[in-house]
Amino acid sequence: MEEAKTARTPPYWEHYPHQADMGVRGVGHSPAEAFEQAALAMMAVISDPTAIRPDAAVSIRCSAPDLELLLVDWLNALVYEMATRGMLFSRFRVTLGDGQLQGTARGEQVAAERHERAVEVKGATYTDLHVIERDDGTWVAQCVVDV
Amino acid sequence: MDTGKLIRQSEYEWHIEAHGAMRVPGVIYAREDLIRAMDDKVYEQVCNVATLPGIVNASYAMPDAHWGYGFPIGGVAAFDPKAGGVISAGGVGFDISCGVRTLHTGLSLEEFQPLRERLAESLFERIPAGVGSTGRIRLSGREMDAMLRGGARWAVEQGFGEEADLERTEEHGAMAGAAPEHVSDHAKRRQRDEMGTLGSGNHYLEVQRVTHIHDAGAASAFGLREGDIQVSIHCGSRGLGHQIGTEFLKAMAVSAGQYGIALPDRELACAPIDSPLGQRYLGAMRAGINCALANRQIITRLTREVFAELFPGKHLSLLYDVSHNTCKVEEHLVDGAKRRLFVHRKGATRALGPGHPALPEGLRAIGQPVLIGGTMGTASYILVGTAESEQLAYSSACHGAGRAMSRHQATRQWRGREVVDELAERGIIIRSPSLRGVAEEAPGAYKDVSAVVEAADKAGLARLVARLEPLITIKG
Repeated sequence: MEEAKTARTPPYWEHYPHQADMGVRGVGHSPAEAFEQAALAMMAVISDPTAIRPDAAVSIRCSAPDLELLLVDWLNALVYEMATRGMLFSRFRVTLGDGQLQGTARGEQVAAERHERAVEVKGATYTDLHVIERDDGTWVAQCVVDV
Repeated sequence: MDTGKLIRQSEYEWHIEAHGAMRVPGVIYAREDLIRAMDDKVYEQVCNVATLPGIVNASYAMPDAHWGYGFPIGGVAAFDPKAGGVISAGGVGFDISCGVRTLHTGLSLEEFQPLRERLAESLFERIPAGVGSTGRIRLSGREMDAMLRGGARWAVEQGFGEEADLERTEEHGAMAGAAPEHVSDHAKRRQRDEMGTLGSGNHYLEVQRVTHIHDAGAASAFGLREGDIQVSIHCGSRGLGHQIGTEFLKAMAVSAGQYGIALPDRELACAPIDSPLGQRYLGAMRAGINCALANRQIITRLTREVFAELFPGKHLSLLYDVSHNTCKVEEHLVDGAKRRLFVHRKGATRALGPGHPALPEGLRAIGQPVLIGGTMGTASYILVGTAESEQLAYSSACHGAGRAMSRHQATRQWRGREVVDELAERGIIIRSPSLRGVAEEAPGAYKDVSAVVEAADKAGLARLVARLEPLITIKG
């Protein structure tokens, strides 16, 4: 398993436009870090991650034949955990290796008075799905999420 | 989209010649200005769908088409199992059987006005809406399976409606061939708390007023008069449908190679209709359709409860219930021969013409009501299926306004509070758990729904019957 490297420059996430939905993109120094940031980007589609306390941890495991399918599985596993546990997440830890993902999502139960939730994510899609290493050595993990 | 790449057949019909791996041409039904406003991705996706095995006639786009996943939203395509045809999870979408139902309230504006605020509050309080909202119904494993087999019929049997509702629901309220055993435990678990909930995004419950009748004959057959107050509910199969879509999209993407299907894009993931995977998806997807039908039926019951308290003696009867994310087996005439086809409608409404045997007796002579949702600040429309629509796009029409702008752009341009206040000045009450959600759904973020339905009407896909404007919107 490859541990997410400590960032030399901070990893980050961003949204990008899609006509009906929302593109989520995570950038980091390893695929694992990019996956963590992509998860944060997806959370920010739903609610403000800075208002979510990382009090409780949920473990997630996924497997898929390639990194791109693994990214979609990871995001969809988070969608499932949020929907069935009534939780929101704000911190993520991912380790990747050999088609496997082990992750931890930290967050808390939804508190209506503190968490404004704009829209639910129905699922992560294969639209605009890329996990790539850029020339500068940073990794990008992105896809469109259906809302 | 650059119209230079298209061949203009008429003002409202544009063709894409089959090229490259396309097996059939593409057909877009819209006026030039609507096409110019469409993303180039729509062109790409219409062409990509045309490459799939067993596609018959053409890959179609409705006037509200926009960039979707694999299939464009507003896409219609039919596949023949005898010609190696496929079924695609992306061609149905995540929100299986998302759709609209419209109810008559029997109220006049004069009766409605004094109680409008109270009605808005009661509906907002009673109808679970927004992210993570939960319903009051919890189903055991056995009850869940019964719901997935029985759809709205199950809901009526549980006391959530009346027999007459079923006649006015596609498939008479219960999609045959549903296979709850092919719906995963994850999908069922995700649905456990979500029966009878609206969801979020573009889903809503609206109280509307009929402001204009375009076709007096059809309006009369539908029981619509100018000034009438209606209720429209737009929602789908909730977490269960989303999970089915998620799981089968992956299964189809991973196994496409094994079935010898070359995908131009992974998001077009599909499986041969007659393959074990195709059949499993079909059974699960039909269960998803039933979940959506049951969900809209339960919300109908909640709506009726609210109206019964505020307007004793008034009964809400169902005009019709349509789904716009489905794959259905239908017989269609192709080159003079009847063929059994699997028609995918992704963000497209079935629009059966007069005389179709699937229509209830009371509507058979006139055609199917086609319910088109608008945005919070504009209008919704009711159309009727035409005889010619079958030859145009397998009796299909548009499903809504279609977004013109991303959510991202919308939140930069509008604030939720301003949208609510501006609409309040126009006499439209908005109730939503999220102001950011309201901003993302601002009316200006959508295409002009009037132009979309006019194009559907002029192209012959369906005929305009009535225009409705919102009075109250409960926004998910």
